Amino acid sequence: MNTPLVSLVEAGISYGQLDALKSMTMSLNEGEVLGLFGHNGAGKTTMMKLILGVISPTSGKVEVMGMAPDSKEAWHCRSKVGYLPENVSFYDQLTGLEVLTYFTKLKGFTNKYAKKQAMDLLEQVGITHAMKRQVKTYSKGMRQRLGLAQAFIGEPKLLLLDEPTVGLDPMATRDFYKTVDQLKSNGSSIILCSHVLPGVEQHIDRAMILSSGQLLAMGTLAELRQQAALPVVIKPSGLNGTVAQDTRLKGFLTDACQHTLLVPEEEKLTVLKQLLSLDGLNDIHVESANLEQVYQHFLSQHELLTNELSPQQIKGG
Amino acid sequence: MRQIFTVANKEFHDGLRNRWLVSITLIFALLSVGLTYFGAAASGAVGVTSLSTTVASLASLAVFLIPLIALLLSYDSFVGEQESGTLLLLLTYPISKSQLLLGKFIGQGSIIALATLLGFGASAILLYFQLGDTDIFSAFGLFIVSAILLGLSFTAISYLISLSVSEKSKAAGFALITWFLFALAFDLALLALLVGVEDGVTQQGLTQLMMLNPTDIFRLVNLSGLDSSDVNGALAVAINASLSQFQLISALIAWVVLPLTLAIFIFKKKTL
Repeated sequence: MNTPLVSLVEAGISYGQLDALKSMTMSLNEGEVLGLFGHNGAGKTTMMKLILGVISPTSGKVEVMGMAPDSKEAWHCRSKVGYLPENVSFYDQLTGLEVLTYFTKLKGFTNKYAKKQAMDLLEQVGITHAMKRQVKTYSKGMRQRLGLAQAFIGEPKLLLLDEPTVGLDPMATRDFYKTVDQLKSNGSSIILCSHVLPGVEQHIDRAMILSSGQLLAMGTLAELRQQAALPVVIKPSGLNGTVAQDTRLKGFLTDACQHTLLVPEEEKLTVLKQLLSLDGLNDIHVESANLEQVYQHFLSQHELLTNELSPQQIKGG
Repeated sequence: MRQIFTVANKEFHDGLRNRWLVSITLIFALLSVGLTYFGAAASGAVGVTSLSTTVASLASLAVFLIPLIALLLSYDSFVGEQESGTLLLLLTYPISKSQLLLGKFIGQGSIIALATLLGFGASAILLYFQLGDTDIFSAFGLFIVSAILLGLSFTAISYLISLSVSEKSKAAGFALITWFLFALAFDLALLALLVGVEDGVTQQGLTQLMMLNPTDIFRLVNLSGLDSSDVNGALAVAINASLSQFQLISALIAWVVLPLTLAIFIFKKKTL
């Protein structure tokens, strides 16, 4: 395995008493897309700032492309990093093209190429028609697209996107994911930060779940599903109560619904085989736990844990 | 270096777009032409008065206006970008904090400097046609240079404000207080010290105290060369213990460089 593009080793940030990020260890390889999930205030943005070198870790180590991102040497690497902040309203009185040209120049493009690059990017995100208009006339979705165009300047090797699909319509979201896939196949690494999540699953390689500055889980979706041990939902139809009579299958039935079986991942195939052999089956619906359920699972588990811990901590303290 | 220029260019164009340059130039031009022609109205005459009276009246008005304009132009430079989120974004770009600050300073400073030059320069030319005296250019030259330095000084001071607060409205409040303290309260306090406390300060001490306020240095630069009949108050006392123009201009330059350096220092310490 080659050296990771981004690596955090027990990196932590604390503001006085408050730990914004607790001893985080992770790495991101070239061409990998990492999803970063968590509620508001979970530490997603703090982690991004850490990787961007805008803030320095109070403990541990952060390396991006082999250098500490907050150091002087890392300067020239910054033109290879793209960032979309969560809430950004660009210079309202400038036109979209002017805003993007300004940022393109700051990324190191000379005047001659900056405008061309800016126009190409505006076309890529589909707001060419509005490029001569002032940004204050833009809708939320158009601003978001402008922000994305800004993050894509100079074919970045590392992209950090904070809530990239907020405000985008379904078409634009699809275009956005297409760009993500394309950048990924060009070898860019991407960190996608989001609350949750429909549609994001097939575009990320790994997911990281954060809560109050703590890493709850990290891994590929399959790994996380396994860790969470969430059952597979199987809905056969046309069986008319045969399932309830079967002694083996009966155990998987939910109390709430007589037609739905909750089966552990490892028994999925045997149960399916048995169901398929039954007469009268005319349709079957199989659904593995999706990212959202996995996410909910880890969060609720974490809440349980902290609730159990806190009374003891009070006594101890 | 190119990064600084890119930022400066943007700030300068913002100044053009927002009509700052045009408005400041107009204000200065109207003010100076008006004072040139009607400065003597109080004594019952209309027409060009003496050069020293004109410069004295221009200086005593500019000393209120220029700091106010500079503070208005720049108080939201950083806090505004911080609120809209672009400051955080800019800091992830290959541009250092000092480059960003200097770029902004050059851009906004150019607006102030150009407006001062055009606005007051216009009346210098007008006066020249009326009086045909080349002394006008040296007198106005000094006035314009010191006015530009005064403007730059308050631009740097407003960066200090803009970087120290986290809300735009607070920055506006602090800018107003700063203006009040430097342009009005400081002199009143000096006067109180002179009149109220017997042998409180020596003439030398007073002049040194005045170095703590860029507006007073500006006044000293422009009034020390003139007939003392046009000057009164605490200033007249200070003028007698005159410092050389070179020292005064150096003090004004220090009032540009020091706040700017301090602003860079604060910016570097600031976390977003």
